[in-house]
Amino acid sequence: MSEATGGGLKSWLTTTDHKRIGLLYFWTAFAFFLVGGVEALVIRLQLAHPDGHLVGAETYNQLFTMHGTTMIFLALMPLGSSFFNYIVPLQIGARDVAFPRLNAFSYWVFLFGGLLLNASWFAGPLFHAGVLNVAPDAGWFGYANLTERQYSPGPNIDFWLLGLQILGISSLAAGFNFVVTILNLRAPGLKMMRLPTFSWMTLVTNFLIITAFPVITVGLLFLMFDRFFGTHFYVREAGATPVLWQHLFWLFGHPEVYILILPAMGIVSDVLPTFSRKPLFGYTVVVYSGILIGFMGWGVWSHHMFSVGLGPIADSVFAATTMLIAVPTGVKIFNWIATLWGGDIRGTTALHFAVGFIAMFIIGGLSGVSHASPPADLQQTDSYYVVAHIHYVFFGGTIFGLFAGIYYWWPKMTGRLLDETLGKVHFWLQFIGMNLAFFPMHFIGLLGMPRRVYTYSPDLGVSDLNLVSTIGALLIGLSILILVANLWRSRTHGAPASNDPWGGATLEWGIPSPPPPYNFSVIPTVESRLPRWRTERHGPMKDPPARPPAPIHMPGGSWWPIVAAFGLPVMALAPLTHTLWVVFVGAAILLFGIYRWAFEPFEV
Amino acid sequence: MTHAVAATHHTSMGLDSRKMAFWAFIGSECLLFGSLISTYLVYKGRSVVGPYPHEILNIPFTSVSTFDLLMSSLMMVLALAAVQRGDMKWGKIWLFSTALLGLVFLGGQVIEFTEFVHKGLTISTNLFGCTFFVLTGTHGAHVTVGVLWLLTLWVRALQGKLGPANAMTVEITGLYWHFVDVVWIVIFTVVYLIQ
Repeated sequence: MSEATGGGLKSWLTTTDHKRIGLLYFWTAFAFFLVGGVEALVIRLQLAHPDGHLVGAETYNQLFTMHGTTMIFLALMPLGSSFFNYIVPLQIGARDVAFPRLNAFSYWVFLFGGLLLNASWFAGPLFHAGVLNVAPDAGWFGYANLTERQYSPGPNIDFWLLGLQILGISSLAAGFNFVVTILNLRAPGLKMMRLPTFSWMTLVTNFLIITAFPVITVGLLFLMFDRFFGTHFYVREAGATPVLWQHLFWLFGHPEVYILILPAMGIVSDVLPTFSRKPLFGYTVVVYSGILIGFMGWGVWSHHMFSVGLGPIADSVFAATTMLIAVPTGVKIFNWIATLWGGDIRGTTALHFAVGFIAMFIIGGLSGVSHASPPADLQQTDSYYVVAHIHYVFFGGTIFGLFAGIYYWWPKMTGRLLDETLGKVHFWLQFIGMNLAFFPMHFIGLLGMPRRVYTYSPDLGVSDLNLVSTIGALLIGLSILILVANLWRSRTHGAPASNDPWGGATLEWGIPSPPPPYNFSVIPTVESRLPRWRTERHGPMKDPPARPPAPIHMPGGSWWPIVAAFGLPVMALAPLTHTLWVVFVGAAILLFGIYRWAFEPFEV
Repeated sequence: MTHAVAATHHTSMGLDSRKMAFWAFIGSECLLFGSLISTYLVYKGRSVVGPYPHEILNIPFTSVSTFDLLMSSLMMVLALAAVQRGDMKWGKIWLFSTALLGLVFLGGQVIEFTEFVHKGLTISTNLFGCTFFVLTGTHGAHVTVGVLWLLTLWVRALQGKLGPANAMTVEITGLYWHFVDVVWIVIFTVVYLIQ
């Protein structure tokens, strides 16, 4: 317990406590979410009127690239990770994750990777670029051969590929950790089919992470060799095909879509039963649907590539698999609605966001099915229709789900309740704002406005719709400010949270808010799927006593995860600055960190 | 590494957590090498200039390297068996032999790469050069990590800090080493034997 309970900067830099790492993930990811949000607002202000001139074309390219990259890799994924970290060990009755130092390493690598990526906004002078901003500018899926040195000579794409490579290491390390934690560290009696749905979806998500990230790693490796060492992996003149990048990227990219949505589905599957006072309808079906989505997510990637012209057979197969994957997703939606049906519903903010998730995700899912048909997709591809779809899925879906998680678990994570009135104002503003912002985009796209153009002509007839969309974006911005105020206010003015402010069924609600470093004074024995509720065969379980019967030894902190993690951005400076020796310095720091880590006494 | 505490902990699946994590890691690595090997196959025969594989690959030479790597896996098995039964004298010998055979393999790769460059095949010559050097180079990097790991264990053994209590550590090292070996068998078959 030594350093885990102390305060001060050192205790945070060296922490291996999953709860502290969860909070670090939360605040870091939330900060990046605000950065990505500001980028989105600049984009929308530029597009508010035709022939806009707030930013130029080059800055605009950087803005939409960094908006997408930031939101996906630096905001949504790590916000999910913050709940994996904080909540999963509590839900499975564990004292920590399987590898606490590896967990700290994942966080620091994520932080350094995110900072490296964003340093590109100010790094221009270092590269004598003549401008301040040298941020990535080839879109969040960075299609070859636009990303080749020949077409993108600056450091912009270097920042992108090196940043993503580093972030991949963070995700992979966390992936192994959470797969093992969930499989191996469950409390006695907590069989797999008694696992809370959020923990189940975390498991599926992390399986997807450890299988999908190696593929993009290879794609980025090829890009790195093309840009730095003169290979021709994506160079048509050498006999290669840039379509290889598309295959590697989307082989990763489509599972990534499920990496982003499954945690939100898990959160919603936990929130709905609590506030309907009913078990999740068809728990088994929901879990198996999640697993099925995980598997099927690997067989649909080419639907991102219909416009490439892969031929009628490939197009038909991927159209069919894409339509099929809508089935387990639809099954889940019916289960969620059936959970609410006839329930004793309490309209908390968390429930508002969970129900908002269902509604918005249905719209995103329907436009998704409409892309599954290749002839329809050819009309929609690279238009604002696709932008509408991705935002209904990731904003209406993932963000609404994650925000349900914030309102649900914030009292557990901080010991303070969020203000429900502010919460509902936040919800309604965000709900109205998002529909104003993104619904018109369906029409803007079908009327012919392509995505990723920095301005448009008044003759296109989409000026009014774009203005509405911008007003919606500003409303979203306002709603997020209210969330920030609510989070900040709760530190001092939030009502203290009891162990169980919502009457939850799962283990995390049986211990103090926030939990002590050791989480459970006595490791609970689980007898049912809803251990803290009365079920047909079991009464509610007894919560662990307030004080541990015997002193509990928790591992102390360690400096070596942050030291080892620091080696990675240093290594990345070598290709960025074309200075070979720097790579050896970075590798030496990494190796030094790993060796000290391996040989320090650290009891798990 | 010095503390074999995890092995004694209760786990839900009855399997050591480190070992389970390592199997997950190997699963992940399969996708990494799978992507590299698939790319090699997709780009096979698409080079627009030579040298082409059949002009340059030296199967007898690489067969010796392959045999060397296979034998290193045998040494690894013997090393683990020795450590498990507490025979640290042979444990040290077999650990060092495994690392040594790994170094011999890497030496072979250095000779091979040098020869190819002299014959006009660099990483930027043609698609064969790109895919060949990145695939075998990534594998070579894995062997290098394995050699460093084995030598670390060997030094720990010399210091008397590696014993039967650390058998799990040696077993996981072995998992890694065998995996890297198996990947080479696939690469040898796909790149060298089936032209």
